[in-house]
Amino acid sequence: MSAPAVESVHDITLVVNGVPQQLTVPARRLLSDALRHELRLTGTHVGCEHGVCGACTVLIDGLPARSCLVFAVSVEGSSITTVEGCCESDGSMGRVQRAFQRCHALQCGFCTPGFITTITAYLRENPDPSDGEAREAIAGNLCRCTGYQNIVAAVLSAAQDPTP
Amino acid sequence: MKPSPFAYHRPHTVEEALSVLAEVSADGKVLAGGQSLVPLLSMRLAAPAHLVDINHIGGLDSIDVGNDVVRIGATVRHAQLEHHDAAARAIPLLRQTVTYIAHPTIRNRGTSLGSIVHADPSGELPAVLALLDGEVEVMSEGGGRRIAAADFFVGPLESALVPGELAVAASFRVPPPGSGSAWMEVARRHGDYALCGVGAVVTVDDDRRVTGARVGLISVGPGPVLVDLADAMAGQDADELAVADAAALVLTRIDAEDDIHASADYRRRLAAVLTERALRAAVRHRPGRAEAA
Repeated sequence: MSAPAVESVHDITLVVNGVPQQLTVPARRLLSDALRHELRLTGTHVGCEHGVCGACTVLIDGLPARSCLVFAVSVEGSSITTVEGCCESDGSMGRVQRAFQRCHALQCGFCTPGFITTITAYLRENPDPSDGEAREAIAGNLCRCTGYQNIVAAVLSAAQDPTP
Repeated sequence: MKPSPFAYHRPHTVEEALSVLAEVSADGKVLAGGQSLVPLLSMRLAAPAHLVDINHIGGLDSIDVGNDVVRIGATVRHAQLEHHDAAARAIPLLRQTVTYIAHPTIRNRGTSLGSIVHADPSGELPAVLALLDGEVEVMSEGGGRRIAAADFFVGPLESALVPGELAVAASFRVPPPGSGSAWMEVARRHGDYALCGVGAVVTVDDDRRVTGARVGLISVGPGPVLVDLADAMAGQDADELAVADAAALVLTRIDAEDDIHASADYRRRLAAVLTERALRAAVRHRPGRAEAA
């Protein structure tokens, strides 16, 4: 039996939704918990906490990632975009959020933040997806309410929204 | 669902990483993409006292495409490999397979070499490494060694790495000219672990006769199962492939088990059907076929 592990604590900087943030976190702090507990950005939802459901998806340097599968200390210096950052510069809803509202793409809303971040990044890479591509784009996110039809519709609707 | 405490190390060079790994030895674990490791830590199925984060080491994130091999460094992400056109041209099986690994969000973060070292019997890349006669480059303070795929996968979630060692790269051998490849798998849900998966590489000569055929299977053994089908298929007309004997041979080599997702019988059925389909698809997809036809 080896000696009990020592909890190492680290001062890190993350740029979250464009704002540099200084945090002091134990090494084992998941990025999802750092965002929610340290920074009180509770828009990022924690569902399964082992990388299956997609609710905690955030953008790390622009790319979607499960924040429950990343240690905050490991992404020190990175730019993180959470659902709170997927809005317009005046704080109003962003185009993916507007499309969700238009298409009634949420019911309970728990999974929605993960969809918003995933789709926001996806539409940057693929601005004009087909129905099949839209379905594939959200395949890594679980929703237990909607049956997905309206979420697919929201992806397509957001893509047609001329406001960036 | 939170990991137990650990000491975190962030080396910036390979030498520094090797020094830490030598010091912490069996109490240490390497953190690369973390897409398999972090769930294990969160569920406390593993509780290493030290994590050595290799994400901040420069120079491990390159993909080198040579005439004979495609070599990937330890921090190359699945998504990077998937979108690398030169790698896909040299070895189409890489892109054909990587798109089956989980979902794009996981592929953005998970590393291809990490998936190999993780040695999950359901992992796609271990089978690809075996199919392509690949090898893993390993370094430790004492020096380095190259481990052939055939020797690398020791058992479920167990590779040939020993404490203090760091896998720094993997090389996949470019198949001979006239080769085609395919990857097929069946999962309960899109992106889930495969109930069974089969990769195939078939080599055809200028007279359109099969000269070589191999398949690599996942989720039907303690590690990737590589089956050489040359004896069963050599000399066949590529346009009129008979694959039943090959599938029968595969069934003698696998060790399918029951679990909550599928019965052993169902997995065997998948192994046979997917072997047949993958062999046919590999022949269809070989480069230059259109010109030859």
